[in-house]
Amino acid sequence: MSAILSTLPGKLTSLFAFTESPHLNGGQKLASKYFTVAMALFVAQLLFGLLAAIQFIWPNFLFGWLDFSVNRMVHTNAMVVWLLYGFIGSVYWFLEEESGTEIVGLKLGVIAFHVLTIAVTVVVLVYLLIQTGPGKDASIWFINEGREYIEAPRWADIGIVLVMLTFFYNVAATFMKGRWSGVSGVLTLDLVALAGLYCAGMFYLTNITADQYWWWWVIHLWVEATWEVLVACIMAWSLMHLLGARRKIVQTWLYIEVALMFGSGILGLGHHYFWIGTPDYWFSIGGFFSALEPIPLVAMVVHSVYDAGVHKFKATNHPAMAWIIAHTFGNFIGAGVWGFMQTLPQINLYTHGTQWSASHGHIAFFGAYATINIAFFYLAIQKWRGNVWMGGELPDNGWKWKWSIGLLNFGVLGMTVALLIAGYEQAFIERAMQGSTWNAYFAAQDHPWFREAMVWRTLFGLVTLGGLGLLIWDLTTIGKAEPRPALVLAPRD
Amino acid sequence: MSQQPPNWASEARWKKIAIWVTAGSFVLLIFLTFDTLSKTSVGGERVRAYSVINQEIDYRFDAQKNRYMPVIGKEAPLFGKVVTEAEAEQLVTLGKKTVQSKNCMNCHTLLGNGAYYAPDLTKAWLDPNWIDAANRENLMLTFLKDPVGNARANGSGRRMPNLGITDEEAHGIVAFLKWMSAIDTNGFPNNFTTINAKEQP
Repeated sequence: MSAILSTLPGKLTSLFAFTESPHLNGGQKLASKYFTVAMALFVAQLLFGLLAAIQFIWPNFLFGWLDFSVNRMVHTNAMVVWLLYGFIGSVYWFLEEESGTEIVGLKLGVIAFHVLTIAVTVVVLVYLLIQTGPGKDASIWFINEGREYIEAPRWADIGIVLVMLTFFYNVAATFMKGRWSGVSGVLTLDLVALAGLYCAGMFYLTNITADQYWWWWVIHLWVEATWEVLVACIMAWSLMHLLGARRKIVQTWLYIEVALMFGSGILGLGHHYFWIGTPDYWFSIGGFFSALEPIPLVAMVVHSVYDAGVHKFKATNHPAMAWIIAHTFGNFIGAGVWGFMQTLPQINLYTHGTQWSASHGHIAFFGAYATINIAFFYLAIQKWRGNVWMGGELPDNGWKWKWSIGLLNFGVLGMTVALLIAGYEQAFIERAMQGSTWNAYFAAQDHPWFREAMVWRTLFGLVTLGGLGLLIWDLTTIGKAEPRPALVLAPRD
Repeated sequence: MSQQPPNWASEARWKKIAIWVTAGSFVLLIFLTFDTLSKTSVGGERVRAYSVINQEIDYRFDAQKNRYMPVIGKEAPLFGKVVTEAEAEQLVTLGKKTVQSKNCMNCHTLLGNGAYYAPDLTKAWLDPNWIDAANRENLMLTFLKDPVGNARANGSGRRMPNLGITDEEAHGIVAFLKWMSAIDTNGFPNNFTTINAKEQP
């Protein structure tokens, strides 16, 4: 046993040996590991989403083995975790360049990566094999916390916080040793908030109103505030790197975005407090501030398109640039427009808890977060291969990346529209007409409009899966035999 | 394009604005959090004491407020036994922990939050699907302990899987659902016809 344990770190390291490349700095080597696991979890997200989608059409499929609740939980959890892996990887990727020095605790970072990856594996295995437990604290500590998106049992929560603290230490200490910038300052403060907020989801309460009050602190203040600022930092760095955009302009935009995002997003939290038992003053506060939430996202579209235009779309990495543009539009349409559509309490009374939210969730998470991570994967693979050419005139006209970006966006958009139709139908038939009883619920679920929407959602899910397959194929082959070096942009600081 | 941006677009100015706006919003949120938590503590008007399970609960349209409101009625003890606040809390806690451990929220919604594969549980206690108030408790217990064997026909073909819910846990879940149905959810869901309204329109 002890012999196995002593060789375990070596075995784990060799598991990720294929991610090694001589062209990377320490942080980038670690980032490659994060990106690899992120891609694996991205695949898991889509596969389990597909199983759940199929169960809407054939409810007996895997019934009693892998029930909808399990598939849906793995689907959403894999998404949250792969996005986090992507973000952590992206920050490690540019940490040394941005700070101008080597990462302070790289070894610690590598250990934290392995600890996190083992923990994620164990959590998923328990989800799949044990699934549920008795109504005791032990179940919440070791099996499943049963709170949407943050179902990870308490032991894993503590592990996640420790890993996040290690990550935070590496980021803050490296910038302190090297140099600070606007991007790094915003990033470091944002990470404090991100780690701190997670603690709001780590205690048990019987009072479900107070429970959901704090639960939304984690979910909303991550997804609609701190994650948005985190990707704004990643995008700021990417635009400088990809287009040679001037730091002063990028950082000014970053501050504008922070002011608008936190200014609307922090109190925008109130749009989750309409119906959970909290006072009705949240109608005005939540409605007003969350209605402002799309504004920073418009600013991001203007900012990225303007920057790209000023630099005449002369970018070092075309696939990455295309995904950055997809990110800004996706963020605005998915998080901004789709969120705004149901954010006022007058409509939310009928849409809350229907497929309308699932529609918003699909396009918002993809548009705001999956896209920027994929952009970064392309930046990473370019450097990984030795900073090769990745502009226009790629072999085969770059059909793989073009088709994969097309299929992924088309697939997610298709799922979104299908779910929106289902959501409209539910809001009218179940909620407005029949008054939300269980019979009303099933009347809406059995309506042909709903059933057809579920079929379309599954078909578009398959399109998305096809896009992902192509993306993986492209990432493993792009730039492989590329003799041309990457485009060098004149530095403009 | 001039090299020096105008004052309103300067980096330093926006940095200050970002800091002040973030700090100001956060301070407001902290203030509102204290207020909300004090107004939603158990035993208040919005979130009732756990011992509310000793009473009849209904959900009716309030003409003055122009929305649906929970209505607490005469004594109607759950499982025919009046319990103290401490006993009620213990029972509801067992129910809530079971609801979490069995991962109910990944098929159902609670207070409208969760997954959309199965019906909302916010007013499950009051749903007319339980036929009448006299049979409701037993129907709920029987269903929870063997949902596959007692599956109710619905056109969707969806069934709840057997989750190994014990008799004790089932009692806890029913208590939790009854207590939750008394929470003032600002009129969500709207236009809901309760089991009582069906009996006494």
